[in-house]
Amino acid sequence: MSAEDLGAIWLTLKLATLVTLLLLLLGTPLAWWLARTRSPWKTPIAALVAMPLVLPPTVMGFYLLLLLGPQGPLGQLTQALGLGLLPFSFAGLVLASMLYSLPFVVQPLQNAFAAIGPRPLEVAATLRASPWDSFRHVVLPLARPGFISASVLGFAHTVGEFGVVLMIGGNIPDKTRVVAVQIYDHVEAMQYANAHVLAGCLLLFSFVVLLVLNRQQRKIVHD
Amino acid sequence: MPTIFSRLLGSLLPLALSGAALAGEVQVAVAANFSAPMQALAAQFAQASGHQALLSFGSTGKFYAQISNGAPFDILLSADRSTPATLISDGSAVPGSQFTYASGRLVLWSAQPGRVDDQGAVLERGEFAHLAISNPATAPYGAAALEVLRGLGLEQRLKNRLVQGDSITQAYQFVASGNAELGFIALSQVYLDGRITRGSAWQVPAERHAPLQQDAVLLTRGQANPAALALLEHLRSAPAKALIARYGYGVD
Repeated sequence: MSAEDLGAIWLTLKLATLVTLLLLLLGTPLAWWLARTRSPWKTPIAALVAMPLVLPPTVMGFYLLLLLGPQGPLGQLTQALGLGLLPFSFAGLVLASMLYSLPFVVQPLQNAFAAIGPRPLEVAATLRASPWDSFRHVVLPLARPGFISASVLGFAHTVGEFGVVLMIGGNIPDKTRVVAVQIYDHVEAMQYANAHVLAGCLLLFSFVVLLVLNRQQRKIVHD
Repeated sequence: MPTIFSRLLGSLLPLALSGAALAGEVQVAVAANFSAPMQALAAQFAQASGHQALLSFGSTGKFYAQISNGAPFDILLSADRSTPATLISDGSAVPGSQFTYASGRLVLWSAQPGRVDDQGAVLERGEFAHLAISNPATAPYGAAALEVLRGLGLEQRLKNRLVQGDSITQAYQFVASGNAELGFIALSQVYLDGRITRGSAWQVPAERHAPLQQDAVLLTRGQANPAALALLEHLRSAPAKALIARYGYGVD
C-alpha cells in the first residue's frame, strides 16, 4: 500500500471515530427525548432524523455545498463566526458525516430506551434515586446493547460514506480524501491492483462489523 | 368514447410502427466537458437523421472501466486520445474508427465578474483560498491545469489550495457555487458564440499545455448499429463542426 493509501485509511479512521463520539454525545439526549416524549413534535423530528436513510447522498452533498458555500446561510454564519468556509475541510466532513450517520446512531438508542419502559425508572424514583442517578445506574446499563449497536453502525456507516464526501470534499490528501474516494480514484485511474487492496480491506472490515453485531445480538437473546 | 379511442389508436399505431422501423437508437458515453455541445448535437442529429442519441455524461476513466466490463455503449466520445486507443487494443472498440472530433481549450474561471484578468495574473497574486481543478490522474483537463501551473512556476506554491472535482463538471460546480474562488475548467462550460457567458475568465493560451485532442471511437457493441454509424458520420459533417466550434472547441 502506498503512503497515500495509508493516509486515506488513517483519515477515515479519524473521521469515523470523531463522528461516532460526537453523535453518541448529541444523539443520546435526542434519542432519550424521542423515546419518552408525547410532544406533537415527535413525529416530524423523528422523520427529519431518518431523512438521511432515504435521501440520495448526492442530494445531501449538493445541498450542503450550497448551504455551506459563501452565498449559503450556513456559510455566512461560519464566516461571521471566523470559522471560514467548511467545504473542502476536515471540519466540513465531520459535520456532513454527522448528518449522514445520525439515524444510524439515534435509532438503535431510541429503540433501546423505549424497550426499557417507564417501570425501572419509577422503581428507581421510589428508592429516591435522582433522575441523573437513575439514568447512570439504570438506563445506561440496560441500554448497553443499544449503545454498542449505535457505535458500530455509526462508525461503519461513516467509513462507507462516499457520495457526500465526493460532493463537498474536494479530494484533498490527508484532509478530505477518505478510503472510499481513494478507491474510486484508483478505479478511475485504471490502477485496479491498488483498488483491489483497499476494496478488499473494506470488504473484510464490513464483514467483521456485521459479525460483531450479530454476535452481540445473539448474546442478548441468550442472556 | 370507444370510437374516439379506437380512432386515436388507429391513427397513432401506424405512426409508432413506422417510427420504430426507421429510427434507431444509439447509446453514447460522453466526456463531461462535452456535455453542452453534445446535447445540442443530439438535437441536430435527431432532426437530420431521425435517430435518437441517448447520452451519458461522465469522466473518461470511469467510462473505460464500465466499457471494459460490458457497459452497453455504442460510441465513446473521449476527453483524450489514449483511452480510445487502449479500448481498440483491448478489443472493446473497432480498429480504424478512431478520429478527433474536437480540440479542447482550458480556461481559468471565476463566477465573480472582474476577478480573473485576461493574463491570469490573479494566480500570481494568490488572493484566493481554493483553486478547483478536475482530478489530474483521470481527467485530461486536470492534467493540463497542472501543466499550466508548473509552467508558471506556481505548482508548489499553490499545491495546498487545490481542490479536485471528480470530473470537469464538478470542478465547475465548486467554482459556480463560490466554494472555490477560481478553477481551471473547460472553455465550453462558460462560452458560447465567441464570448464568456458569465463570471470572468482567462483563456489559457493553447501552447501552455499539451493539446487537449478529444477522440471518438466506435465500440464493438455498436458496430452493427446503423444509428451509431450515422452519428459518427454526423460528427464529421460541416453543420456539426460549426456547432462544436460555437462552444469554443477547435475543429479541423
